[in-house]
Amino acid sequence: MPADTSNADLVRRANAGDFNALEELTTRHEKQVYSLALRMLRHRQDAEDVVQQTFLSMVEHLSGFREESSFTTWLMRIATHAALKVIRKRRGLDTISLEAAAEAAGQGESIPHPEFIADWREAPHELIARGETGQLLEDALNRLDEKHRLVFILRDVQGLSVRETAQALALTEANVKVRLLRARLALREQLTRVLGDPATRLEPHRH
Amino acid sequence: MAQNQQHDTMKCEELLTLLNEYVDGTVDPAICAEFEQHMTGCNPCQVVVDNIRQTISLYRAGQPWELPPDFRARLHAALRERWRQRQGQP
Repeated sequence: MPADTSNADLVRRANAGDFNALEELTTRHEKQVYSLALRMLRHRQDAEDVVQQTFLSMVEHLSGFREESSFTTWLMRIATHAALKVIRKRRGLDTISLEAAAEAAGQGESIPHPEFIADWREAPHELIARGETGQLLEDALNRLDEKHRLVFILRDVQGLSVRETAQALALTEANVKVRLLRARLALREQLTRVLGDPATRLEPHRH
Repeated sequence: MAQNQQHDTMKCEELLTLLNEYVDGTVDPAICAEFEQHMTGCNPCQVVVDNIRQTISLYRAGQPWELPPDFRARLHAALRERWRQRQGQP
């Protein structure tokens, strides 16, 4: 299957009965789905189950896929919901906790101020090209609490809106915003301590 | 600590609470102008905003995990089986 065949073409071919097209769609997306599931669940077996469910669901529902959204967006949404189902099962039924209610009311701990402030030694695309940041990114993400990690993954990595993220996690939009800010600041702090150029380090202003 | 004209209009503390909206481009235009005015006089805030944008783009670009080969083989076999079942349906 030529690499330049579009996903939309592959979907049409798969719906016309071409299994190779379906397999190509799977090959193109399996890493992305597995990475999402591992980042959300931090458990290999659970992540594998989510990957399998996602692609079996793709086989079941591909004929109903409408091309208003991109295939990748559609598939990643299926994967996100499959992973959230696992999380809800783990947690039991406590969807909205007292903690979330206090957070939305602004009674949570104060927002941590940036401490290590410096320009990064290299631009993101250079870091990615050298492939040396993978473990750093995952370690930083794993150090976040689950409540911050999930919001960051859904909003910033998967690109859901604040409202969609709130709906997916059964939170208020205010909760999502507070958690997102904390997650972004915490990840920024950790990554900048490693990737920041100490020669450009600035002291935070205190006032 | 450093105080200047810009800090009279918006403090770093206030900027922190508007950081999400600014980075996402959803901040009210009038507040956005104030935010940017603050940053021209406050290098640390400018660098923090840059760092956050870079952090998000790094995570967006990364799909770091390869499927374990044995799992990948099972996955593709399961897909083939499900496909075969569906094709067999009337």
